[in-house]
Amino acid sequence: MCTSFMGQLLTATHNFGTAPTRVLATADTFKAALYLTTATVDANTTVYSVTNEVSGTNYTAGGVTISGSPAWNVPTATNSSATAGVAFTTPTAPITYGTSLNPVSLSTAFNAVLIYNSTQADKAVSVHTFGSQTITAGTFTLTMPTNNTTNALLRLSTT
Amino acid sequence: MITTTKGLMDETLLEKREGFIDNDNEYTTWVEYWHDGELVHRSAHVRLKKMPNFIGGEAASF
Repeated sequence: MCTSFMGQLLTATHNFGTAPTRVLATADTFKAALYLTTATVDANTTVYSVTNEVSGTNYTAGGVTISGSPAWNVPTATNSSATAGVAFTTPTAPITYGTSLNPVSLSTAFNAVLIYNSTQADKAVSVHTFGSQTITAGTFTLTMPTNNTTNALLRLSTT
Repeated sequence: MITTTKGLMDETLLEKREGFIDNDNEYTTWVEYWHDGELVHRSAHVRLKKMPNFIGGEAASF
């Protein structure tokens, strides 16, 4: 498979079936929602759901918008050999819940974040887990991994 | 000043506790402030390293 093709998948260049009509050529809006340790969010998740999402002071259902300018690094496709390659991208900025002026309180333990496409009917993108956390009148920050072929948050690989 | 469940409080009045998690998946730090035996503030910072494949962090391999 051509590595350039994988990179183009990340920008919706190809359509092999029925796909949403895109009015704008700009990036979609993606959001990040937190889930309780009791939630089942994994590779089978297809769409954002409020079921077992965290709730608490200053947390809005649906989570926060992945912001930044741009929100995501420009998708990159890199060949590692004549037969293998990786396409990847990562949000450009940390994802933060709460501020010093508007702290969040999430008293029930959570350990997962669902990234989903709020422009495209809340379709799921990926789930990422971490050690169980609670927040009390504070902030919760998710800092992204290095945006490269081996660590990027989203990777499409032929290997 | 620290944001707490009781409003802004002077840090000197609070007991500070800190910790971290460091594994292949994350480097996480957390800080807690306690007042008279009560947790009044807890913040956490998760730095994701690399996603395990089985949960879809790596979107696909062809």
